Amino acid sequence: MTAAAEEPHRAAPKSSFFNDPVIRGRIYQGLVLGAVALAIALVAHNTAQNLARQNKTTGFDFFFSTSGFDIFFTLIPYSRTSYYWEAFLVGLLNTLLVSVLGIILATIIGFVIGIARLSRNWIISTLATIYVETLRNIPLLLILFFWYFAVLKAMPSVRESFVLFDSVAINNRGINIPKPIFDGSFHWVVIAFFVALAAVIALRKWSIRRMEATGQRFPLLSTALAILVFIPGVVWLASGINVDLDIPHLAGFNFRGGISLPPEFVALLVGISLYTAAFIAETVRAGILAVNRGQTEAAQSLGLKESDRLRLVIIPQAMRVIIPPMTNQYLNLLKNSSLAAAIGYPELVSVFMGTTLNQTGRAVEVVFITMLVYLTFSLLTSILMNWYNKRVALVER
Amino acid sequence: MANASFVRTEMIQPMPPPPSTVGLTGWVRKNLFATPGDALLTVLGIAFILWAGPPLYNFLIGNAVFVAEDGAACRVENAGACWAFIWDKMNFFIYGFYPAEEQWRVNICFLLGALLIVPLLWPAAPYKAINAILFFLVYPVIVLVLLRGGMFDLTYVPTEKWGGLTVTLIIGLVGIVCSLPIGILLALGRRSKLPIIRALSIAFIELWRAVPLITVLFMASVMLPLFAPQGVSVDKLLRALIGVTLFEAAYLAEAVRGGLQALPKGQYEAADSLGLNYPKAMGLIILPQALKLTIPGIVNSFISLFKDTSLVSIVGIFDLLNTVQASSSDLRWGSPHQAVTGYLFAAAVFWIFCFGMSRYSIFMERRLDTGHKR
Repeated sequence: MTAAAEEPHRAAPKSSFFNDPVIRGRIYQGLVLGAVALAIALVAHNTAQNLARQNKTTGFDFFFSTSGFDIFFTLIPYSRTSYYWEAFLVGLLNTLLVSVLGIILATIIGFVIGIARLSRNWIISTLATIYVETLRNIPLLLILFFWYFAVLKAMPSVRESFVLFDSVAINNRGINIPKPIFDGSFHWVVIAFFVALAAVIALRKWSIRRMEATGQRFPLLSTALAILVFIPGVVWLASGINVDLDIPHLAGFNFRGGISLPPEFVALLVGISLYTAAFIAETVRAGILAVNRGQTEAAQSLGLKESDRLRLVIIPQAMRVIIPPMTNQYLNLLKNSSLAAAIGYPELVSVFMGTTLNQTGRAVEVVFITMLVYLTFSLLTSILMNWYNKRVALVER
Repeated sequence: MANASFVRTEMIQPMPPPPSTVGLTGWVRKNLFATPGDALLTVLGIAFILWAGPPLYNFLIGNAVFVAEDGAACRVENAGACWAFIWDKMNFFIYGFYPAEEQWRVNICFLLGALLIVPLLWPAAPYKAINAILFFLVYPVIVLVLLRGGMFDLTYVPTEKWGGLTVTLIIGLVGIVCSLPIGILLALGRRSKLPIIRALSIAFIELWRAVPLITVLFMASVMLPLFAPQGVSVDKLLRALIGVTLFEAAYLAEAVRGGLQALPKGQYEAADSLGLNYPKAMGLIILPQALKLTIPGIVNSFISLFKDTSLVSIVGIFDLLNTVQASSSDLRWGSPHQAVTGYLFAAAVFWIFCFGMSRYSIFMERRLDTGHKR
C-alpha cells in the first residue's frame, strides 16, 4: 500500500518537446513576431517602391518651406508667407483652444444634467433623460452639421444682424462679442489677485490646523470669497484704472471691433460641448449612484450636517468613480474636435492632414506626425490618470 | 350571564391612506411639489415646456408641409418642416446613386437581412447555429455578389455608385461582424502570459485608441494605396471598411478585457484542473462568462461604431448623412428649412437604430442574468 508513496521521485516521463508549454510559447511567439516583421517589411517595401514610382521625395524638410495658404482663424500671427511648421502650430493651438473651452462647457452642462436626472422631481428628471437619450444616439457629425449649416449659416446677413444688449451681434458671418481693453496699470490688479489667492491658501491651512487642534470651525468659504473680491477691488479703485469695452459696430460691410468668433468655431464648440455633456451626465449619475446608501446613513449617524456629509463623505467617494471615465470623455472630446475638418474650422487635422498633405504630398510624414500628436495627448492623460488612481485608490487590508 | 368579554374574530379593515398621499394628488405632491425648491423647479420645467413645446409642434407637425410638388409650398411664410422634400428624395437617401432598374437587388438584400436577423435576435427562435452561420458567413457573400454584380448575368455596379442608408448599414454591419472576433483575439492577447504577444496587442490597442477615427480614415484612404503592392488598387469603400474595423476592434478589445479581468481566478484554475487546453478553456469556460459580463460595453462600442459610420462622408463616400447633406442644396426644393428637415430625418434614422440596440442590450442583459452575481 505504501509502495507507491515510498517510490522515489521519478524524472518526468519523456514526451515530445512540443508539449512543453514554455517551448511551445516560444515557438508561438516566434511565429507571430516573424509574421508581424514580414508584414511590416512588405508594407515598407511596397511604400518605398510606390513612392519611387510616383517620383515623390520624402523627409521633413517641407516644414521649413513657405505654406502659401491662408488660415482665417489663428491665435498666433500667421500669413500665407509663413512656414508649414507655423501652420502646424496654428492647427494645434486651434485644437487645444476648442478642446479646453469645450471641456469646461461640457463639464458644467454635464454635471447639471447628470444631477437633474437623479432629481426626485419628475419633470426635471424626465427632461434630463430626454436630453441624454437623444444626444447620445445621434452622430456628432450630424450635430455639427445641424449647428453649422442649419443654425449659424441660416442667421440673417450682416446688415440685419441680431443685436443683443447693444453689444453682441449675431449674423451669418459669426458672433461678435465686446472685447475688454485694459490700460497700462492693469497688471497691478492681476498681482493683487494672486496675493489674495496666496492669502486664502494660507488661511485654509491655518483653519484646518486650528480645527484639528481645538475643534473650532472657521467660515472659510465666505471669508475666502470676501478676500478674493476685496483685495483686487481695492487695488482696482486705488490705481484708478478703467477698462474700456471695445463694442462691435457696423462699419461698411462688416462689424468692426470686439472679438469676432467665426461660425465654424461656434458651431464646433456648441455641438461638441452639448454632445459630450450627455456622456458626462451619465458618468456623473453613475458615480453618485455608486456611493453606497450606508455611507449616507453612517455620515448621518456621526452627526455630520448636510453640507459636511456631501463634502466629506459623498463627493470624495463619488469622484473616485467619476474621474477615470470623465478623463476618457475629455480625451474623446479632444479627438472628436478633429471632426471640425468637415465644417471647415482650421484645427490640426483640417490644416495639417488636409491642406498641408494635399500641397506637399508627404502623406507618410504628415500622417505620422498627426498621429504622434494625438498619441502624446493620450499617453500624457493616461500617465496622469495612473498617478491619480494610485492616490485615491482604496487602501485595502 | 352573557359573556362580557369581546374578542374580535375577523381582522379590522385597514384605514384608507390619507388622500394627500395616494392617487394623482399623492403622486403630484411626492414627485412635483415635495419641497419649495422642488415646486420652483416644477414651475420652471413647465414654463420651459410651454415655451419650447408649441413652436416645436408647429414646426414638426402643425405647419409642416407633407405633400408638395416642389419647394414652393415650403417657401411660404411660417412654413414648418418640409417633409415632402424627404419623401421626394427618399430613393436617393436609401440607394444613393444605385441604378434605378437594379434597385431590386438592394431590396432583396434588405429583405434577406431582415429575415435572418429577426430570428437571430429573438431568443425563442430555433436553429440558432445554422441561422448564425447563414447570417455571418453566407449573407455577406450574397450581399457582395448581389450588390456588386458582374456575375450570374447581373450588371456590374461599382462601389462608387452605392450610397445612402445601404452603405451606412453595410459599413455598420461589416464593422460589427469583423471587429468582434479581432477584438476578442486582441483582448486575449493582452491578457496572455507570452510577453511578445502581449506587447504587440498592447501596442496595437493603444495606438488605435489614441487617434481619432477621422485620422484613421484619412490614413486608410491616403496610405493604403501606398502600402499595397504595385498594380493592386484598393477599393475606396474597402479602405474605409478596413479603417473602421481595425479602429473598432481596439475599442472592443478593451471592453472584452474588462470582462476577462472581472472573472474570478478560480474559473481559470477550474478550467486548468479539468485539463482543458487553451482554446477549449477560453471557448467553453472563460469567454461565455466574460462576454456575458461585457454585453453593455460591447453594445456601447457597436452603437458608437454605427454613429461613426457617418464619418466616412468626410473621405467622400456617400453614406446616409452625405446624401442628406448633398440634397440640402437641391435648388428645386430650396426653402429656409430644407437643411433642418434633412438633418432631422437623418437624426431620426440614426436614433432609431442606436436606441434599438441599447434597448436590446438591456433586454439581453436581463435574460442572461443567471443570478450568479458576486
